Amino acid sequence: MTNAYDAQQSRGLLPAWGYLLGIGVVAYGIVPLLASDYVYDAILAPFLALSLAAVGLNLLTGYAGQVSLGSAAFMAVGAFAAYNFNLRIDGLPFILSVLFAGLTAAGFGVVFGLPSLRLKGFYLALSTLAAQFFVEWALTKFDWFSNYNSSGVIDAPPIVIFGVPFSGPSGRYYFALTVVLLLSAFAARLVNTQTGRNFIAVRDNETAARIIGVPVFKTKLLAAAVSSFIIGIAGILWAFAYLRTVEPHGFNLDRSFEILFIIIIGGLATLRGAFLGAALIVVLPLVLSRIGTLLLGGYFNSGVLDMSQRILIGALIIVFLIVEPDGLAALWIRARNRFFGALTSRRPAREVTA
Amino acid sequence: MSAFAYAGSLAAADDRNTQVTSDAGALLAPAFDAQKARTVLSLRGLTLSFGGIKAVSDIDLDVFPGEIRAIIGPNGAGKSSLINLISGLYRPQRGTIAIDGQVFSAVPASRAAKLGIARTYQNLALFKGLTVFENIVTGRSSTVRSTFIEQVLGVGRSPAEERDSRERADTVITALHLEAIRERPVGTLPYGLQKRVELARALVAQPKLLLLDEPMAGMTSAEKQDMAQFVLSARDDFNATIILIEHDIGVVMGISDRIAVLDYGRKIADGSPEDVRNDQRVIDAYLGVAHEDDAGAPAQ
Repeated sequence: MTNAYDAQQSRGLLPAWGYLLGIGVVAYGIVPLLASDYVYDAILAPFLALSLAAVGLNLLTGYAGQVSLGSAAFMAVGAFAAYNFNLRIDGLPFILSVLFAGLTAAGFGVVFGLPSLRLKGFYLALSTLAAQFFVEWALTKFDWFSNYNSSGVIDAPPIVIFGVPFSGPSGRYYFALTVVLLLSAFAARLVNTQTGRNFIAVRDNETAARIIGVPVFKTKLLAAAVSSFIIGIAGILWAFAYLRTVEPHGFNLDRSFEILFIIIIGGLATLRGAFLGAALIVVLPLVLSRIGTLLLGGYFNSGVLDMSQRILIGALIIVFLIVEPDGLAALWIRARNRFFGALTSRRPAREVTA
Repeated sequence: MSAFAYAGSLAAADDRNTQVTSDAGALLAPAFDAQKARTVLSLRGLTLSFGGIKAVSDIDLDVFPGEIRAIIGPNGAGKSSLINLISGLYRPQRGTIAIDGQVFSAVPASRAAKLGIARTYQNLALFKGLTVFENIVTGRSSTVRSTFIEQVLGVGRSPAEERDSRERADTVITALHLEAIRERPVGTLPYGLQKRVELARALVAQPKLLLLDEPMAGMTSAEKQDMAQFVLSARDDFNATIILIEHDIGVVMGISDRIAVLDYGRKIADGSPEDVRNDQRVIDAYLGVAHEDDAGAPAQ
């Protein structure tokens, strides 16, 4: 994995604040000029929620090396916790509901992260499945969580931060965007601290890390907590800003796999990969549907779309694992270096020999 | 001193409370006797077996401050097992390990760094996803006190710690001539350089006791010469006491102060390079038939 090297290289082309400024200008300034309600609701909202979930999972799986198949469970914990904090504590500001919900998800993450102290690889992945099934079961079984709603599907409350309502497709977009940028900046900082280096140390060689004095257990549980916190808040975005309903089945095992696929296709242990992978997963069915209808007309119904999408994603994962294990993020960097190499012949020479 | 009496007196003792202060001394030197007070490492009756095989059998060993202490012997003699015992990866069945006067029945691996122990591995154990610099900085992990929140926000204890770690890492990088590859991911480096990075990662913690498990294995002779210089520098410039396992007898004879020879888990000789070179049991077990001055050619 060449993520650390790539990070160094990307620092060489533009300072970090340059990237942030660019992303901010595009996301807050240019996107709203171009986006329709359809783009907000069908593309940007799920993209932001899934990106954030993938950032969270990447901290745990990509950086700290703990495979998890329970991401959707932590999203569900976040969404339902936010709903219940908001419902049951009168006058609690929405932003605090979000924060407490993230902390609740983090607590669940630590509990279900405990097996990682003993288990590795496949066995750990199986134990995270327990989180997935337990949470789905508990939320369906106990009506209290959905406030005894007869259908079990509850409408998400409106998003109001410091008295400012974030309503309508663009309002929800601004809310989700701000949350995603803040938490991604947090994650980006974290992976460049000693704690972030400890994540990778534990992943790459647990024994050597322990002898060096890395607190291995603490590091694993911290990775689980921070990861679940972020994924929990991604769950709030998924329910409140995208679906606008809170229901257990929005967070089933398929969703967990989807997030895992995003970080595999996007690139393990890169935050950029989480966004690239999420973009691909969200846009792929839309593109596929257009192309399919164009080529096959009426034969390309929703069932065919669903199946062809699964086939394509499965094939993509196999191709990426074999050809480019570092994912879209590595392709991105290679393409960019080639592009800049064509523009300025001096820079890449330094990078190659560095 | 009787190894058994010594071990017995410690059998029920807790890891920490076995430090005994000498009434006579003005200094609060931990001491069972005058001899032990001066050792960085003191092994008594150390025994480790896997199933029926005794990997390490009743080993006594003293290492004094500032020594380069070589341990040699044929493959399977128990050299690496001994280092794994000292660094806490294995638990001995019998015997004691005293580190700087603190006596353990088994060294807790997670406290090894805090006890001043650092090590390298026979088969590299680097963090492949990190750069050379990041690997070396991570060698300072045991000194980090700041929480992850302080680190992310860059407040509290974190900035000073991070600055200190980075400066120390760069000092070691300069000393081991790693500047040119500072930002390279270690996984992309040739074997000899990875060995050197591993030494740097161990040195940056400023260990009292540095355990080197075949630091020159698989190297070219030029690389071995460099590595020998770095080992000497680890002692002279970084004040580490060194235990060195190495098969290249020429290098071992050249840089070691004292050499212990293991065979089938037992110590068969211990002394200066000259003593060991002329010891008949060592020649039989390891060095091979003594031709004239053939110390450079160990039996395989």
